[in-house]
Amino acid sequence: MKQGKLKQILLITDGCSNQGEDPILVANYIQEQGITVNVIGVLDQGQTQSDSLSEVEAIATAGGGVCQLVYPQALSQTVQAVTRQAMTQTLQGVVNQELQQILGKDQTIEELPPEQRGEVIEVVEELTETSDLHLLVLVDTSASMQKKLITVKEALIDLSISMNSRVGDNQFAIYNFPGKKKPTSKVLDWSSKLNKLEAVFPKLTSGGMTPTGPALKEALYSFSQTGLLRSLRRNVEPEEADFGF
Amino acid sequence: MLSQKKLTSAFNLPIGSQIIGKWDRQRYTITRLLGKGAVGAVYLVKRDDGHLIALKISDQIASISSEINVLKKLTKVQGTSPGPSLFDVDDWISPTGENYPFYTMEYVKGERLDQFIQRRGMDWISLLFAQLLSELAKLHQAGFVLGDLKLENLIVTSDPIRLRFIDVGGVTLFGRSVKEYTEFYDRGYWQCGDRKAEPKYDLFSLAMVAIHCTYPKQFNKTDQPKQQLLAKLRQAKSLNRYQLFLERALLGRYKGCLEMKRDLEKHYLSRMSKNQKVILPSNHDQQTSWLEISIFSIISLITWLLAYLN
Ligand SMILES: Nc1ncnc2c1ncn2[C@@H]1O[C@H](COP(=O)(O)OP(=O)(O)O)[C@@H](O)[C@H]1O
Ligand SMILES: [Mg+2]
Repeated sequence: MKQGKLKQILLITDGCSNQGEDPILVANYIQEQGITVNVIGVLDQGQTQSDSLSEVEAIATAGGGVCQLVYPQALSQTVQAVTRQAMTQTLQGVVNQELQQILGKDQTIEELPPEQRGEVIEVVEELTETSDLHLLVLVDTSASMQKKLITVKEALIDLSISMNSRVGDNQFAIYNFPGKKKPTSKVLDWSSKLNKLEAVFPKLTSGGMTPTGPALKEALYSFSQTGLLRSLRRNVEPEEADFGF
Repeated sequence: MLSQKKLTSAFNLPIGSQIIGKWDRQRYTITRLLGKGAVGAVYLVKRDDGHLIALKISDQIASISSEINVLKKLTKVQGTSPGPSLFDVDDWISPTGENYPFYTMEYVKGERLDQFIQRRGMDWISLLFAQLLSELAKLHQAGFVLGDLKLENLIVTSDPIRLRFIDVGGVTLFGRSVKEYTEFYDRGYWQCGDRKAEPKYDLFSLAMVAIHCTYPKQFNKTDQPKQQLLAKLRQAKSLNRYQLFLERALLGRYKGCLEMKRDLEKHYLSRMSKNQKVILPSNHDQQTSWLEISIFSIISLITWLLAYLN
């Protein structure tokens, strides 16, 4: 099988979008473009998995990705586990399609006898380890995320330890929403390391807006800029105004 | 640590109920729940021939299939295979029609390391760790790290007394990123290295096992994780005698298992032969330990005598 490039979006939010396009619609559209949308819903201490977070699951379902609700203290382990699971799931989907081409349209991994299934999973695992990953992280920096942002930053730095221990190459980009004067701002342009994150991680954006839909749209746009197009059109510097302590 | 709510029937099977394999039609009767983890539930089951074995069932097809792959490879390791031995692999169709993959393996009967140490004393650490290191060395020779080495995944069996690992969910080929880990035991978390699978990764976790035994509630990371760990190690009185070895393991100074094992063996042999009083903890049901210690002392005494006579 050809060595693929996996395109994933990881949305970290506490739910409650209230501005711009419907994020579920955008997530659906993104999935059509071969990019998966995964969502981590950050709970408040003591909050049970409830209403405000049902949107979170709907976005992940529409985006063909993984959804996980989590308390801040477990964020690091969850971010890396969800990313890994998302890659596996996408690759499993690819393998399933190939299986169906070979064995007929109802054949899935689940239905294979254990012996063959083991062989298929070994291939999926190998691909998870060796595929190149393009991961765009969208961080909700609206007021309600206040107490959680430092934890998010640590979790992302931790994620790069995990991902850079893989055999395959990684490219990460980080955006936050809402931005200062627009829905979304670029925190970190596509790069293979996240160690600069410590210095540039955004502070909170005040004002009551949570434009999740527009942020997802921006993420899609950013993906379309990677690759050939991007090398021609040198990117603008990330905005200065919002960042830096 | 995917906290999906495991309310599904496969994770709450009542005692006495039966699981029948979809492919092999083998029947297993649930005796009790042994434990639940991130991947699935493990039951003690009775096979039709009366054998008591462990059965692990999951709804995560990728994770459990990967564990099965690993267990199969371990059976090909020379001599007794490290980890529990694998018996059957099959699927179970729940009454509601869902497909749950499962496998059966050797039931590793015993108690958790920290409970054992509490009853019988820290003196046992060097012997038990040395045993585990031989098992780990075999795994490493086959090209894998254990990955998720932690207290919860270690069992001390009683007959014979041996420290064994049970969960192979983290077993990873050298050079790849460790598949499954737990923060407290992970060198990446403590800023002591990356998550690439290599022998030193396991040795770090092993040292953390000893630290966890002395800090049962664990502790939170501060700004200087590495220094903090070393300080915690120094502060733990009961670990004093192992401090040197554990520090080396934490700092990645041992190249492999056998090097660390040699140090531990040297340590316990020297303790035995110096005719030191072996202090027994207060509990008194420990004939085996007495017996083993006296055998040990006799052997060391003979070695010492021989050396002396030469
Ligand atoms: N072979 C076994 N023999 C005895 N107990 C076992 C065995 N395998 C697992 N267990 C028990 O079940 C618990 C969970 O199993 P584990 O394989 O660690 O699951 P997970 O991969 O989900 O963490 C263990 O902590 C242990 O108590
Ligand atoms: Mg476990």
